[in-house]
Amino acid sequence: MSTTDKNISVFDVAQVRKDFPILLEKAHGKPLIYFDNAATSQKPQVVIDAISNYYSHYNANIHRGVHFLSQKASNAFDDVRFKVKHFLNSRSEREIIFVRGTTEAINLVASTYGRKNVHAGDEVLITAMEHHSNIVPWQLLCEEKGAKLKVIPMNDSGELMMEELEFLITDKTKIISVVHTSNSLGTINPVKEIIVKAHAKGIPVFVDGAQSTVHSVIDVQELDCDFFAFSGHKMLGPTGIGCLYGKAELLEQMPPYMGGGEMISAVSFEKTTFNEVPFKFEAGTPNIADVIALGVAIDYLMQMDRTEALAHEHELLKYAMHHLSKIEGVRLIGTALNKASVVSFVLKEINAFDAGMYLDTKGIAVRTGHHCTEPIMTRLNIPGTIRASFLFYNTFEEVDALVDHVAKAIAFLKPQHA
Amino acid sequence: MNTIEALEQQIVEDFELFDEWEEKYQYIIDLGQKLKPLAAEYKIDDNKIKGCQSSVWLHAYTEADKIFFEADSDSTFVKGEIALLINVLSGQPAEEIVSTELGFVDRIGLRQHMAQTRANGLAAMIKQMKLYALGFQHKTV
Repeated sequence: MSTTDKNISVFDVAQVRKDFPILLEKAHGKPLIYFDNAATSQKPQVVIDAISNYYSHYNANIHRGVHFLSQKASNAFDDVRFKVKHFLNSRSEREIIFVRGTTEAINLVASTYGRKNVHAGDEVLITAMEHHSNIVPWQLLCEEKGAKLKVIPMNDSGELMMEELEFLITDKTKIISVVHTSNSLGTINPVKEIIVKAHAKGIPVFVDGAQSTVHSVIDVQELDCDFFAFSGHKMLGPTGIGCLYGKAELLEQMPPYMGGGEMISAVSFEKTTFNEVPFKFEAGTPNIADVIALGVAIDYLMQMDRTEALAHEHELLKYAMHHLSKIEGVRLIGTALNKASVVSFVLKEINAFDAGMYLDTKGIAVRTGHHCTEPIMTRLNIPGTIRASFLFYNTFEEVDALVDHVAKAIAFLKPQHA
Repeated sequence: MNTIEALEQQIVEDFELFDEWEEKYQYIIDLGQKLKPLAAEYKIDDNKIKGCQSSVWLHAYTEADKIFFEADSDSTFVKGEIALLINVLSGQPAEEIVSTELGFVDRIGLRQHMAQTRANGLAAMIKQMKLYALGFQHKTV
């Protein structure tokens, strides 16, 4: 059977799509084709309902009240930490910290573990395909401490040049932070290999799972990463909530990130003692509604056949790459062998933004630009790409529409040479 | 030479022919493709407008107390937007350019199809054109 056969998938997309009400929306009067999943995923009705249900029926502040509603909300909130533990396969729910998203998780670790352990002359190692959120916090830390930020380079296909790693990890390396799956290229990085090599020298590794969490099954014990972070909104959950996983022994030695309620054990004007992990890192009233809805998103993902769903996404990727690459004037950006369902491309002599707007007029939502990964664009010497990112609820017919309209966009936008 | 107001009115009437955003987009692209290219000597960093997502170069000069604009961008759509602004503002007296409110931008429904960052880019272009006019106005006084 051809690898581009659209009937290869046994995954029941039509059934799954019914769970996502937004997929019935129209854009500019045309049926919405949502291919901006790497920016944020759409939400199943159960997640939307969970938020409304919480505010309608048991909104209360948690962990403090003695009353019925507070107990109910506290229980629902606390359950989610166990769900995340199960979802990431961490050893303990104490290793799960609720944050606003991956960006906050990286900032938290850079500001606590980083500040405590990185000193003048030390090195922090990242990769050439980091999102700005996994560059800037480390840059700020390195500037403050007089440390050096080093980068694992990538090749023209958008794969890390792993042969450089042994020269880049030195006695001065204090932490390595790597993106699991690139948001702009789709490359799935060999994080396990990096972790093994880092641990051989006693260096902890932070894995940015913003993209990988929805496109793979994560097992932090199997990966043996020291930190892992994901954003809820990229994996069917609401915005404003995400998780940081950290090995308990590391979290315990880290100083607090923010001060406030919940994170303390006892407070006097002379001295405050801090609560234990994970509460030490969760100052203030948490984002209760969104935590509860995140739990429902995790339930949704864990109840579906993820092997089938991921296989479907992979078929969409292969199908799109195959058909887009056949169009004259299309150049695929990011052709790593191991890729998640993200297709980035540029069009010859056509501005990515103009093409993105063309697709938008047809109801197709893509993203254009540098995707918050300017160093990748500099490395590949392009101003930006058009990016279509798929999730399991996307269909081959939608990819057909993309391919068709990309070809039409080229014809329409081609410069009229005098 | 038509007044700014009359030129704006003409654009508004042109756009009234379109029902769909798709048609407006295609019309603006068409304008962009037809915009006279800016000479390479003016496509310099000093002429680049800050605050635009796309690169935009704007060159201004005076002739007989009127101000003329030429511009370019790496985006054809942005060139189309510039073409609309040039159509209205280029060749007008400085004081007219400084004081006009350019209501046509909202009246043709351009901004409603834009994210804030893009609308800011358009605003930056207008601001730069007005700044040039203000500069020339003070020079001649």
